[in-house]
Amino acid sequence: MTTPAAGQLLPVLVAAPILVACLLVAVGPRLPRPAVDVLATGTALGVTGVAALLLVVTDPGRTVSWFGGWTPVHRVSVGIPFVADSVSAGIALLVGGLMSCSLLYSWRYFESVEGHFHALMLFFLAGMEGFALSGDVFDMFVFFEVMGAAAYALTGFKVEDESAVEGGLNFGIVNSLGAYLSLTGIGILYARVGQLGLPQLGDALAHKPPDALVVAAFVLIVTGFLVKSAMVPFHFWLADAHAVAPAPVCVLFSGVMVELGLYGTARVFWVVFGETIPLDDIRRTFLILGATTAVLGAVMCFTQRHLKRLLAYSTISHVGLFIIGFACLDPDGTAGAALYVLGHAGVKAALFLIAGVLLDRYGSVDEVDLYGRAKGQRLMPWLFFGSALGLAGLPPFGTALGKSLIEDATLVHGFDWGPALFVLVSAVTAGAVLRAGLRIYFGLGPEPQQEDADKTKGDEEPDTPRLARVPLTMVVPIVVLVLGGLAAGVVPHGGQAVAHAAERLIDGKGYIDQALTNAAPTPLHPEPKADWTTLGVLLGVVSTLLAFGFAALGLWAQKLPRPMQAVSAAFRPLMRVLHHIHSGHVGDYVAWLFVGVAVLAGLVGIPLR
Amino acid sequence: MNVYAYFVAGWLLIAGGYGIVRSRHMVHAIVSLAVSQSGTYVLLLAVGYQHNVTAPVFGSTEKPTKQVVDPVVQAMTLTDIVVSATVTALLLALAVQVNKRQGTVNPDDLAALEG
Repeated sequence: MTTPAAGQLLPVLVAAPILVACLLVAVGPRLPRPAVDVLATGTALGVTGVAALLLVVTDPGRTVSWFGGWTPVHRVSVGIPFVADSVSAGIALLVGGLMSCSLLYSWRYFESVEGHFHALMLFFLAGMEGFALSGDVFDMFVFFEVMGAAAYALTGFKVEDESAVEGGLNFGIVNSLGAYLSLTGIGILYARVGQLGLPQLGDALAHKPPDALVVAAFVLIVTGFLVKSAMVPFHFWLADAHAVAPAPVCVLFSGVMVELGLYGTARVFWVVFGETIPLDDIRRTFLILGATTAVLGAVMCFTQRHLKRLLAYSTISHVGLFIIGFACLDPDGTAGAALYVLGHAGVKAALFLIAGVLLDRYGSVDEVDLYGRAKGQRLMPWLFFGSALGLAGLPPFGTALGKSLIEDATLVHGFDWGPALFVLVSAVTAGAVLRAGLRIYFGLGPEPQQEDADKTKGDEEPDTPRLARVPLTMVVPIVVLVLGGLAAGVVPHGGQAVAHAAERLIDGKGYIDQALTNAAPTPLHPEPKADWTTLGVLLGVVSTLLAFGFAALGLWAQKLPRPMQAVSAAFRPLMRVLHHIHSGHVGDYVAWLFVGVAVLAGLVGIPLR
Repeated sequence: MNVYAYFVAGWLLIAGGYGIVRSRHMVHAIVSLAVSQSGTYVLLLAVGYQHNVTAPVFGSTEKPTKQVVDPVVQAMTLTDIVVSATVTALLLALAVQVNKRQGTVNPDDLAALEG
């Protein structure tokens, strides 16, 4: 299956960026700026290349590497493994690709920045790669904190901006507390089983009944990961952090960091708890929480005027949809979620970068302030609306293919509301993006009023003098990202490859056996169902049309006939309550975090009694 | 090992969380976070502790066959402390910046982000 040499690739993905980051911290201030840019971007591209190589040599099995050669003997090992299958190698590739785009974009985005920014970005890269590849639950916690610490610093990178430091602080406190809850869970699990490696843990727990300690450990471990993936009610930090972080950093937050939280949940569940906790229990829990996240994110998204905050809530809402895909707990739903993540990463990252371009050219990311100011541009509106349609799920974007797979999977499990929820949520979130675009690029609709004191405005300070035209180093990453989102849906056999990867992800027993005994991987389904269906295409088109409907509703809300005005007025108190809950107060966020732990524990634990 | 240490661990975790919820000062909130984390130190050490055995250091006087406390959790705790130091320092630096920009570190008065 895989040569032992392939295992040597795994540590490189983490070690290389850390070494270059240390170099940049040491000599970065003395190097000329272009040298720093080239070195950092080159490292990210190199990591992307190694990840691509890893994906090729790993497919269709797994690549295992035990540090220091502590390979298992008779299924027992004290070693710490890195394990790559197609999903973790694919995520490693996605991380590298997004980081390369984001660093290239930063060449002109930041006027004056020293090596520190690049070093932090490379530490962030190393943390995410390590988290994706780790086969040890304590290592996952450590890499979680490495990427966390880099992310908090990057969020508050603009230290002169009052909201940036506040956003970074909220992000740091909530996420660190989540991580400590994870560590508590890891401690409990170690006390119960005496192991830390994922394969060893899974082997020890297989076919045991889920006792209270095991369930508590599961709930606590995934709490930390789900805080990162911004599941309601752990999601509060995300909008604050995205609103204030520089646009190239948001690309990584929305494109892959948030999804890594869900990946961690899926990985730990399938390998460690997959044969202990009943699937029905987990399916019910995550369908409920995923649907809540999707709906709340969509509602909050539609009522934003700060462009990056709007995109942040759209990410929350889409994470809800990913969670539903995971919660199907079958190959189709998982494959759908993976494809959806790929497509979403492309188009959402492109939208954040375009928001950054707007900031650099017009000095604002506020939909109301920017009304009609970007008229007459040639390329940017195309890219913006292309991404927005991708977000709506217009075929042949990868998002549409992923959505159609998850919709099918929900129907198989008898959740008839699945497709309707997917269509509505993607229509509302894409409608909000379209509304903003139509206002900014075409000045459509009546000029919006400066009202609503309870909403955050997009008055961010640009990091560079006003750009007269958009430089090539900013256009290229955006084009690459939009095309990437498109490629996820149109590459021939791409769907099948992702479906095979998904089968590997949910095959916890195969993971354990291959890591501990070097067993051959289980054979894959020869013809996985991962192609466009008529229903999927139709629903994609419907959600795109509905998105235009919602955009029009947002633009001409004042011109609606009186009965409809009354309906929208009826919702206003509810919206006020929702906006009030998203208070920006770190104490409130932590209180919600504990509520969330209780809800999660109740949903998972009570049916098992 | 008696269960007392586990109660202490749980208490620290929750007391720290409560401290953040009720905090009127960002530095207090960050220290509360550290309190919460010390719950994990106690938990990890309690998991590996055994009565009447020595530290996991082997040499000419301590034979490898001798019973010792679990070194794995001690290594984990050390890693945990390093993580804590990094995160606390970073958050405190951010709190200093918040104070410089907004003139207050009371979460009740910070209002740059809402809705």
